[in-house]
Amino acid sequence: MNETNELVEQPVSSPTLDAWTVDTEVAREETDLSSDWEMVIGLEVHAELATKTKMFSPGRNQFGSDPNTNIHPVCLGLPGTLPVVNGKAVELSIRLGLALNCTVQRCIFSRKNYFYPDMPKDYQISQYDRPLNISGWLELANGHRIGIERAHMEEDTGKSTHVGDSGRIHDAGYSLVDYNRAGVPLIEIVSHPDVRGPEEAKAYVAELQAILIAIGASDGKFEEGSMRVDANISVRPAGSNELRTRCEVKNVNSLRSLGRAIMYEAKRHVDLYESGDKPLQETRHWDEEGGRTRPGRSKEQAEDYRYFDDPDLVPVDPSPEWIEEIRAALPTLPRERRMGLIASGATVEAATIAVERELDGLAAAAIDAGGDVGRVMTHVEHNLAVDGAADLDAGNFADLVKMETGGELTATQAKQVLAEMITGGKTPADIAKERGFEAMDSSDLEATLDGIIEANPDEWERFCSDDPKAKGKMQGFFTGQVMKATKGQADGKAVAQLLAKKSS
Amino acid sequence: MSDQTNNSDALSIARAVRSDETSSVAIVDQHLAAIDASEAEIHAFNLVLADEARAAAAVIDQRVAAGEDVGPLAGVPIALKDNMCTKGVPTTCSSKMLEGWKPPYNATVVEKLAAAGAILIGKTNMDEFAMGSSTENSAFGVTKNPLDTTKVPGGSSGGSAAAVAAGFAPLALGSDTGGSIRQPAALCGVVGMKPTYGAVSRYGLIAFASSLDQIGPFSNTVADSAALFEVIGGHDPRDSTSIPEPAASVSAGLATGVAGLRVGIITELMGTGDLDGFEPEVLAQTRAAAEALAAAGATVAEVSVPSVIYGLSAYYQIAPAEASSNLARYDGVRYGVRQEGSGNTASMMMATRTAGFGDEVKRRIMLGTYALSAGYYDAFYGKAQRVRTLMINDLAKAYADFDVLLTPTSPCVAFDIGATSDPLTMYLNDVCTIPSNLAGHPSISVPYGTGQGGLPVGVQVLAPLQGEAIMFQVAAELERSANAIKTTSKNGAEA
Repeated sequence: MNETNELVEQPVSSPTLDAWTVDTEVAREETDLSSDWEMVIGLEVHAELATKTKMFSPGRNQFGSDPNTNIHPVCLGLPGTLPVVNGKAVELSIRLGLALNCTVQRCIFSRKNYFYPDMPKDYQISQYDRPLNISGWLELANGHRIGIERAHMEEDTGKSTHVGDSGRIHDAGYSLVDYNRAGVPLIEIVSHPDVRGPEEAKAYVAELQAILIAIGASDGKFEEGSMRVDANISVRPAGSNELRTRCEVKNVNSLRSLGRAIMYEAKRHVDLYESGDKPLQETRHWDEEGGRTRPGRSKEQAEDYRYFDDPDLVPVDPSPEWIEEIRAALPTLPRERRMGLIASGATVEAATIAVERELDGLAAAAIDAGGDVGRVMTHVEHNLAVDGAADLDAGNFADLVKMETGGELTATQAKQVLAEMITGGKTPADIAKERGFEAMDSSDLEATLDGIIEANPDEWERFCSDDPKAKGKMQGFFTGQVMKATKGQADGKAVAQLLAKKSS
Repeated sequence: MSDQTNNSDALSIARAVRSDETSSVAIVDQHLAAIDASEAEIHAFNLVLADEARAAAAVIDQRVAAGEDVGPLAGVPIALKDNMCTKGVPTTCSSKMLEGWKPPYNATVVEKLAAAGAILIGKTNMDEFAMGSSTENSAFGVTKNPLDTTKVPGGSSGGSAAAVAAGFAPLALGSDTGGSIRQPAALCGVVGMKPTYGAVSRYGLIAFASSLDQIGPFSNTVADSAALFEVIGGHDPRDSTSIPEPAASVSAGLATGVAGLRVGIITELMGTGDLDGFEPEVLAQTRAAAEALAAAGATVAEVSVPSVIYGLSAYYQIAPAEASSNLARYDGVRYGVRQEGSGNTASMMMATRTAGFGDEVKRRIMLGTYALSAGYYDAFYGKAQRVRTLMINDLAKAYADFDVLLTPTSPCVAFDIGATSDPLTMYLNDVCTIPSNLAGHPSISVPYGTGQGGLPVGVQVLAPLQGEAIMFQVAAELERSANAIKTTSKNGAEA
């Protein structure tokens, strides 16, 4: 892995935003090919394991330290040093294997030999023909299962910073190497080519991230490089089963980039085929600014890694007892948590968001306590994306929803009460009382509305017209006026019903 | 030079120091004087640690005076092959590549020696990165055989063997990948032993071929090697291939004798059949050794171990393959020498490796790189590993009928410096020693009489995995027999 930096500098600074949340712009980008073609995508995800020390060394595993402070003779590969497997890294890797429904097997560490200055031994200890986890699957929220070929353990490399005009190694004035990351434990999760488009690829990576975080195997922070993705992309005529020449796209640093890179690369392949040409099997690098992939080393010229079993290490053979112990201690996985909410009546989308925000437990408890599913999930989706929401008392939350569905609070009032519940921890009844919230009597509401209609005859006429545009606009006007007059205490739904009744 | 007189063996020295009959400082001075007298000619050392040794000896003497238990090797000087890491002390592997490099840590054996009271007196010369059988491949000049300075001391641990033979130190450590302890021990007329793979920690031993390398003792007596093995052996959590057991106890059985033991002479390594180049005197001494064991009550017979003849071929795939990977790290980026090249990383690495490595190291890196290459792996490295398995099975069959096996250590006695320019001829020196490395078994070379030019012959005792106790038991009998013959011939000459 990590051949990327042979041609393109690894980004030194991290993206400032959370680059891995799906942003709305993506949704507007093209996400599919013409109906004649389909995409065949396999993903290789590297995740750094959340251990205290490195994969084979007592060196510290910590992000963000001063350069070359988390080092030790072993992870520096000093002459005479020997690797010793970090048992915690194996445990976390088994956890992931089990969470991905893999078979966990006796495994062997191999050496992948190639020269690179940020790799202290000039070989990487990885796993080759006997990986720890094989043959699993991951189920996406839409129910599609992506096959997992393997999830194996390996060590990370250090980081080079090339100082010079281009920031590339070949014409750098000099390079600085930081070995803090060298030897950090990684798990590489290789999917089967089961992914069919950029949206599915993003969903797969997001789900994998959620699992890694849920089981405590990795912090899953893309912006700190603790998760990295390479995509193997090819296309084929829609409906065929063939596997055509693939390109491996590297240097993809966000979920958004992943989607864009896949789309770009797939279209490039289609264009080549449609013009009578065909793609070369090669490694390509995603150029974020240019919005395109560029060729790296072609596979024909690829280095021969001369894999062989690492004679300094012995096979890792997890006992069935240990595996079962780890399985028994696994937390409920995101998929099952989603399924639980969906079974209670939540939509797939709402359940997915609840799990992503770690609010599924609160939602489930509130629903159990008698809160209306729709209202509970609406609050989770729209009103609880704030710090402290997860600490909300589920009983109080359920009571709030009951007050709302029982007509004691309007939706707007409920939202305000909820916000105060998060910061203050009081019961909804107390807050509503303090604020003087009580749902308006329907006769009071009708009287208020009548007064407003009387004061605005032109608007009322336009509301009663057949022009749907004018009607919609005036509906907003009258609702707004009622809310203003009632200081937000009117129920929007009741206002709409009254307006409809009066204009018919 | 290695007469068994008072105070030339390590156990006598340790006894004398512990009981305050002599001081460690006096012992160290005595050995430094020997070094002063002839090291310039022999060149056993890359570095003599005179001041450090005196200081360490003074501490031992103070601790003896204070009534402390100073350890089984109290005050005994020991020479260390220059591929074992010593904190703050240059460790070069006799390569320009590591010239001036000071490890920031100690090898496990170095810690164990210090805990046992031994005094590190110097770092010994070797074939560069332990690749060679004559110590002529050192970047810092050849080591000469103290018994005849026109001859090589063997290798790759030639400096350690020469240091013991020359009386520079009663003990030394070497490393043995294909015979690099036993062959120089034979050529210098001292005892040298390769432990079971995993019996001694490799942490801090600069790797040549990781699946074959083992650290082991040199000494003038079998008892000293047994004692040193007991000190350096035992589990080390820093070496994943270390056997998870405490150090084996082997000294207790040295006087037991060999009555009732079954000794097999490996037919294929007695100059018959496909392997030639065995000197007749070497074969004669090996047979004499077998007869001596028979006379002492052992059952002796020949046994065929057919696959040993493929040992050399398999070894010269496996060892270079591992070396090509182990030596990749010497790229000029982090330590050791650096040649700038033409201004980019790849050319810097190439220039560094071109300048830093000697010919034999380059030859083996190329051999090993080829053996591991895609498309050749199965034909070379894969096949060699299958030969290794075959040899382990063949040896297991032999050990069903025999307790130990016997062979010459080297097909020849010490040869002239500069005489062997063909690498393949040089590789043949290891034909008898390689099987133990491939199988991971222990074996020991014991001096047994002389061959051409009056130079010493070594006889090798092989034992199965973790069979050190019985191996030492047989070695001790061979030593008694060899000493008896020496005494007889001496008395005869005087008469």
